Amino acid sequence: MREIDVAIIGGGPAGLAAAVRLYDMGIRNILILEREHQLGGILRQCIHDGFGLARFGETLSGPEYAQRFIDEVQKKEIEYMTDVTVLSISEDKKIVAASTAGLVELQAKAVVLTMGCRERTRGAISIPGQRPAGVYTAGVAQSYINLQNKMVGREVVILGSGDIGMIMARRMTLEGAHVQAVFEVQPYASGLPRNIEQCLHDYDIPLYLSHTVTEIKGRDRLEAVVVSQVDENMQPIPGTEKEYRCDTLILSVGLIPENELSLGAGVELDARSRGAVVDEYHQTSVPGIFAAGNVLQVHDLVDFVSMEAENLADSVAAYIREGGLKPCTHAVVTDGNVTHTIPQRISGECDFKLSMRVRRPMRDCTIRLSQNGVTVSEKKMRKALPAEMIQIPVKAEKLDQNSDLEVSVVW
Amino acid sequence: MKRLEAVIIGAGVVGCAVARELSRYQIKIGVLEKELDVACGNSSRNTGMLHAGFTYKPGSLKAECAVEGNREFDQVAEELDIPFKRTGKVVVGFTDHDMENILKFKANGEKNGVQGLRMIDKSELNRLDANAGGEFAMYVPSSGILDPMQYTIALAENACRNGVRFFFGAGVESIERAEDEYLIKTAAGDFLAKWVINCAGMYASEISEMLGYPNYPVKGFKGEYFVLDKKAGRKLTIPVYPAPNDKGGFSVHATPTVDGNVLVGPDSYVTEGREDYAVTKEHLDGLIRDGQKMFKEMKREYFIRNFAGIRWKRYDPETGEILDFLLEADPEKPHTVNLVGIESPGVTCALPLARRAVKIVAEQEGLAENPDFNPRREGIHKFPEMSTEEKKAAIEKDPDYGEIVCRCETVTKAEILKAIHNPLGVCTVTGIKNRTRATMGRCQGGYCQTRITKMIEEELGIRPEDIRYSKAGGYMFTGKVREEA
Repeated sequence: MREIDVAIIGGGPAGLAAAVRLYDMGIRNILILEREHQLGGILRQCIHDGFGLARFGETLSGPEYAQRFIDEVQKKEIEYMTDVTVLSISEDKKIVAASTAGLVELQAKAVVLTMGCRERTRGAISIPGQRPAGVYTAGVAQSYINLQNKMVGREVVILGSGDIGMIMARRMTLEGAHVQAVFEVQPYASGLPRNIEQCLHDYDIPLYLSHTVTEIKGRDRLEAVVVSQVDENMQPIPGTEKEYRCDTLILSVGLIPENELSLGAGVELDARSRGAVVDEYHQTSVPGIFAAGNVLQVHDLVDFVSMEAENLADSVAAYIREGGLKPCTHAVVTDGNVTHTIPQRISGECDFKLSMRVRRPMRDCTIRLSQNGVTVSEKKMRKALPAEMIQIPVKAEKLDQNSDLEVSVVW
Repeated sequence: MKRLEAVIIGAGVVGCAVARELSRYQIKIGVLEKELDVACGNSSRNTGMLHAGFTYKPGSLKAECAVEGNREFDQVAEELDIPFKRTGKVVVGFTDHDMENILKFKANGEKNGVQGLRMIDKSELNRLDANAGGEFAMYVPSSGILDPMQYTIALAENACRNGVRFFFGAGVESIERAEDEYLIKTAAGDFLAKWVINCAGMYASEISEMLGYPNYPVKGFKGEYFVLDKKAGRKLTIPVYPAPNDKGGFSVHATPTVDGNVLVGPDSYVTEGREDYAVTKEHLDGLIRDGQKMFKEMKREYFIRNFAGIRWKRYDPETGEILDFLLEADPEKPHTVNLVGIESPGVTCALPLARRAVKIVAEQEGLAENPDFNPRREGIHKFPEMSTEEKKAAIEKDPDYGEIVCRCETVTKAEILKAIHNPLGVCTVTGIKNRTRATMGRCQGGYCQTRITKMIEEELGIRPEDIRYSKAGGYMFTGKVREEA
């Protein structure tokens, strides 16, 4: 069995960034395992621009952004395998993967999980009605249109105001389809304000909040959807039904970190983020297994995916050199106004960046990190949106090494 | 115009079983199916339960065929190379009234010849499955689980290998007598045949009338289901049914599938629409409520899909009484076999019913046995079911076994290719799904559907706009985004 220092599972924006930084830190026995034929992950199909402002200081398309990292990987001759799908990872970091050349069996000292996320489906949210062709998740439609040159439909309704859904509203409009509206079950948009402006407003596509699809009609191909207004409990209000004739329904109703391999390795997951529970080193509950990017928490910007992975590289390098990291025994607890935090555990001895999202839109609020009633750090926000990830740096010198860290939102 | 000796109308589980059994004889057989694949109706819209036969009226065709079909199924599954587990089943109760009804059906089952029925207490129930609800139960050792789609496909493929021809998109429009034959007009052209066997399922009454039999009244009992993630499947090992009601009907139950998922459902309500397969919020909400009583792990995070099926029962319009399966061959309507009202337990009874139908044809025609008949069919070897050594060997022999197409269900390119080149010539995306399980996992094709459509396009040389999701009008693409320069 081949032995390597670090196995990186997934060659998207997180995996590539982690690999390059690890290399720069002197860790050279690295292997990136990628299931697709090319590196780049989901960025390959994201041909719109807007990537890279935070990481590279300029805006790039998805493939251009990925290429920056791919070029680095190739220049540094970091080893990667494509067309290889990891089948299992064990707690002692043995990896089995399938390839056309046979099963690949590896023993890694450390594993970096960067598998990304998948889209929530019609079945997961139980949309009632018939089951015709013409119902696509936004990412699948994007893949057909941008990678396979196949048009999925002409009269379009979009459910969910996730970023990919809004981007697809614009994309399909540009390709001659008629996008009638975007419906969002929450009373606020789930995607970024800039996408509401640039993808919907600029193209006169209406966004209806507190609305959802309550029936799908069509035996062979989609013929219509029924949309209803919902109440504060997100239950459809009888009498508000309205039918929209359409041949295509695009779903952009959420992303779920893809953690099936993590579970197989015995990694503990956080029910709120649906990613691993990690400490400030981005180490999971299994020593030597780390996670970053959308497999850990769904990010708003790809730049933060890569930057999270780059930060993790420092810890992985330390783990390889020192054979282990300091235990992180203190929890990060939240008051219910934020969805989850990364990390969930800290040592109290190191600087780190705490990332989170608020549960609902809030104005003029302060996010306060405290220990035993003493403020450690706080961030004042004029406007906090669930669509935007919030990051707050924490200095070790401010921390009491014997207490949990509490996160609360006050206004 | 195509001339055959026997035409079977309907490629559901019963039609495919009749086709397979009739192919034991020397006779030219065609199956006419209105959809683009087998098992498109209620043959695929059920629990996949191999029933034991304890609820049906003693002496009925249902009881007789269920017990017979149950007994032989290990051999059937082995011959047809399909997944099957004889899990047993528990019928659980909470109240004295439940106990009364369970004991009534236990006695009924014993009359029907169902073996091994016994009452168990809560501690034994919990030993059988810790996540099963209920205070006590009847244990039914002979019940089992199968995949009704794989089963129907296997019957059809075996029939096909033994010479039966399948015609898809061939919905029957009319049947008339043409001398000693029947002229059957369909959406896919005209057929002439001496024999007509009606296996049209929910449309059996209409075909029955075309053949000169009555248009038997049928009533549709619709039920909805949730399909749960395999993560929930690990927590349920045995089907858990509630105590039957006074009429022998079961409300919502939890059944592990042979592939490792869990089905929760069906409920039961009357519908008018023959193909009213729409799921409704009202009934899904009901399943969430009732399903939790049977299976403690019935949680939203495990939902991956839902569906509905309809049991079309023959009934007496005067008394409202639900009637038995009907299998008849009236000499006044020469060379016909009429099967009407075949609903649950139709999957369990398919082969026994088929043998009874075929016997009529074979005896009357004095058919000679087909010397080339082979009862065995080879399924697609599933990568995740192989041991590590078998996986290595499979990839070495066929490198396509090393390319994972469907991540959730670990379906390889080799399996998809075999499915695309299936013996029946089915090429819908749903057809590939039912043959391989690709797109059936928790991401529902988010990763693999784009790959599968591309493979259909390339392997079969068809244009993207001609690819069908599952129905004839179910196009997936309107064309190219842009013409290539």
